[in-house]
Amino acid sequence: MIVSRFKKLRSAIVATAGAGMMGILPTVAQAEWALNLQRPVTEIARVQYDLHMLIMYIVTVIGIIVFGVMFYSIAKFRKSKGAEAAKFSHSTKAEVLWTVIPTLILIAMAVPSTKALLLMEDTTESDMVLKVTGYQWGWQYDYLEEDVSFFSKLATPQSQITGNETKGENYLLEVDNHLVIPAGKKVRLLLTAKDVIHAWWVPQLGGKKDAIPGYINEMWIRADETGTYRGQCAELCGKDHGYMPIVVDVVEEAEYMAWIEAQKNKS
Amino acid sequence: MTTAVADHHHDEVPKGITRWLFTTNHKDIGTLYLWFSFIMFLVGGAMALVIRAELFMPGLQVVNPHFYNQMVTVHALVMIFGAVMPGFVGFANWMLPMMIGAPDMALPRLNNWSFWLLPFATTLLITSLFVPGGGPAAGWTIYPPLSIQGGMGVDLTIFTIHILGMSSILGAINIIATILNMRAPGMTLLKMPLFVWTWVITAFLLIAAMPVLAGAVTMLLTDRHFGTAFFSAAGGGDPVMFQHIFWFFGHPEVYILILPAFGIISQVIPTFSRKPLFGYTSMVFATAAIAFLSFIVWAHHMYTVGMPLSGELFFMYSTMLIAIPTGVKVFNWLATMWRGSMTFETPMLYAIATVALFTVGGLTGLMMAITPADFQYHDTYFIVAHFHYVIFCGSVLAMFSGVYYWLPKWTGHMYDETLGKVHFWLTVISFNITFFPQHFLGFAGMPRRIPDYSLQFAEFNMVSSIGGFILGFSQLILLWVVIKSIRGGKKATAEVWDNPEGLEWTVPSPAPYHTFATAPEVR
Amino acid sequence: MTERNVRKSNRRVTGWLSLWVVGMFGFGYALVPLYSVFCEITGLNGKSATLSEVSAAPLTIDKSRTVTVEFTVNVSGIPWRVDRPKTVRLNVHPGEATTVIYEAHSLVDAMTAGQAVPSVTPAKAARHFRKTECFCFTRQELVGGESKLMPVTFVVDPKLPAEVKTITLSYEVYPANENLTNNS
Repeated sequence: MIVSRFKKLRSAIVATAGAGMMGILPTVAQAEWALNLQRPVTEIARVQYDLHMLIMYIVTVIGIIVFGVMFYSIAKFRKSKGAEAAKFSHSTKAEVLWTVIPTLILIAMAVPSTKALLLMEDTTESDMVLKVTGYQWGWQYDYLEEDVSFFSKLATPQSQITGNETKGENYLLEVDNHLVIPAGKKVRLLLTAKDVIHAWWVPQLGGKKDAIPGYINEMWIRADETGTYRGQCAELCGKDHGYMPIVVDVVEEAEYMAWIEAQKNKS
Repeated sequence: MTTAVADHHHDEVPKGITRWLFTTNHKDIGTLYLWFSFIMFLVGGAMALVIRAELFMPGLQVVNPHFYNQMVTVHALVMIFGAVMPGFVGFANWMLPMMIGAPDMALPRLNNWSFWLLPFATTLLITSLFVPGGGPAAGWTIYPPLSIQGGMGVDLTIFTIHILGMSSILGAINIIATILNMRAPGMTLLKMPLFVWTWVITAFLLIAAMPVLAGAVTMLLTDRHFGTAFFSAAGGGDPVMFQHIFWFFGHPEVYILILPAFGIISQVIPTFSRKPLFGYTSMVFATAAIAFLSFIVWAHHMYTVGMPLSGELFFMYSTMLIAIPTGVKVFNWLATMWRGSMTFETPMLYAIATVALFTVGGLTGLMMAITPADFQYHDTYFIVAHFHYVIFCGSVLAMFSGVYYWLPKWTGHMYDETLGKVHFWLTVISFNITFFPQHFLGFAGMPRRIPDYSLQFAEFNMVSSIGGFILGFSQLILLWVVIKSIRGGKKATAEVWDNPEGLEWTVPSPAPYHTFATAPEVR
Repeated sequence: MTERNVRKSNRRVTGWLSLWVVGMFGFGYALVPLYSVFCEITGLNGKSATLSEVSAAPLTIDKSRTVTVEFTVNVSGIPWRVDRPKTVRLNVHPGEATTVIYEAHSLVDAMTAGQAVPSVTPAKAARHFRKTECFCFTRQELVGGESKLMPVTFVVDPKLPAEVKTITLSYEVYPANENLTNNS
């Protein structure tokens, strides 16, 4: 009797809590619970992804071994089970072993990492140059060869941020003017900033790079597939740091040509 | 002269507020440090809860972005400079003289001074939140040019850092002098408990690193007000140079926060395993190696600033090297537990949790050492998760372990074991609920230091916030345990635990106001 | 040790450690010039080579190789428009001196003063990129509505690493301030 009443109460609590969660989370429909890096669409991002997975597997195995030994000891060598303490306090063999083996693992990790780095830093033979300038709070893009230049700022309305309006699908990841680049072309980015340090980062296109006032940094991307990719500023740059997204449209070359012509005529 | 001598031999404890204001007794000063650290821990924790409340769901609900940035900045400064560093200095004050058989610290009056600088400094920091323009909002790393833009709050922060730096430098000098000159006869260097060893190495790190930070923030101050252009590109300076100087301090700082924790763990695990510490000498050398390496890895915090390839490779390799001595330490602790006869009182539980969760933080650290992969991790929540695993689970859990371990020695009463265990399980479980999901948030692409985020990050942030609130309020249990143990409880014996090693267990509990007025014999 | 000996020893340790603290504070400042030297040697942060006599001396021209040099400019916080050279990119042989011209226009009536900070990428090319004439780090004044030609003459050192095919020269133009420190 009491038990069944308790059960009823419990299911009622679960139901209300569940409903409450639904209400709070406008996003349940698109709940992602994403666990890993975003799907890479450039060579660099793919190399980073593979390296990340490799290191993560190695690290997981090391973790399992350490935790395994620890939990085994906890289970086995407890006084309550009558374990007698041994007296040993060192073992040269063991100590050499657990210095040498990690060293070998580290060397094994360093090789692919070095290769990946060499690839990322190779900005030669690019097909086009794009200058990216960070400012508080948005980005300016210059297509150097084409004399096309425009600003790109957050397009999410304030009412969505303050909660007076339902948040859209790409809340905080939408801008007024998208950056457009052709697929399959090596694009060299020159990064700089007007006021404070920013960092340009679109996870699917590869790593981030700082945009520093007074200096020019470079990175390159070559997107394999068309699509729209979103990212954010990744270096604290003041009040609206959380509100300076990046949206890149990767399009077929012909489409890109048409777009750039249209932009030229605009200005 | 005669009265002074008489004072030494009678165990008279001064009374009233002046006892605390003018005390030169290492135990009193240790107590002051520990209470100060705990108060700062709660203040910094409250700020963390403001952050987690804002991040509970997407959109702006609780604070505005500018205040959010101030919370992020001041939370970090309060926790690093107000809670963790003074906490360990508190342990050093209480335990070092007793561990080496000295009557007090080498420079008792300086000791009083280095403590009383702290409340002034942190008051200055908290005040900065209320001046026009608000507190520092550029992150605890105060990178220019952003920190040049800030208001008066940034200047107050710079002064705070100066005073806190001075305090910890004085503390470090005192600790080195104590350990070098005040050891009891027969206490040779390689007989010192590991906690003493880790602290002497930490003190040298402090002396080498803190003045560099003081220099960096002084340059920032003159850039802000006196027309120098160290970090301003417009004047021919270089904003990246600040990052190099800052992290030249910043990376040793990380080890300043963790090495004393290693020391505490190395005291606790042998006691509850009833077995001597495995590989004492290699522990000492590993600590020294970590300290040395900490000075040549700084730029791994700034892989994305655009270093030349050779620089990136150098810092990647040197950073990976740190995994070796750190691994040695973890393996030594495991080997100490191996074939021991373990019991699981609260200090041991915390020590084991420290080793386990610090290992998680260490392994994610290894992932970040890999430069190409770090281009994805840099400045995301993966980093936030990593350093909370290292600093909260490494330093803070080790301090909890130390508090429960030595509390009977300090108060003379056993603490409430049940409450201690409740505190332990709540802390460890809620910590993981808070911070484990942040690894996933970082992978998925959530940058750190943002007050609002896109919808794909909503679920894990909500989980993290719920965990954060449980974690925060669980800490009040510790306060309760400590107060309860001060007011009464089962009387503690001199040894407290089952045959622990160390001179501190040869004096009665609570430890008399003056201990080792005549040096003990060390075999 | 007797009590007096301990005190003496404490004073000595304190003295030495305090000296060390002062030394490390100084070292923090010493990092500034050290860093500049380090940057110049490694080209870190794109600090390009100094205008030394040596760099002005003629270098042997390497006709077998061409390097593309690109030019960009940014203007921050000053009412100017600065046009980069007419050609976005130029192919040059290492060792040959080339002059390009930037053009600054004042957009307001009042007199304004600016200064330009150069930066070169990739970093490893920076120290092989030598400017023999440059308007960088010097105060440039424009009276209302005036335009001014600002020439840059540069030489790419033939020692430039072979893998570098493109060099970008960027200027950031800021309002001039009184305390101009030239440490490039």
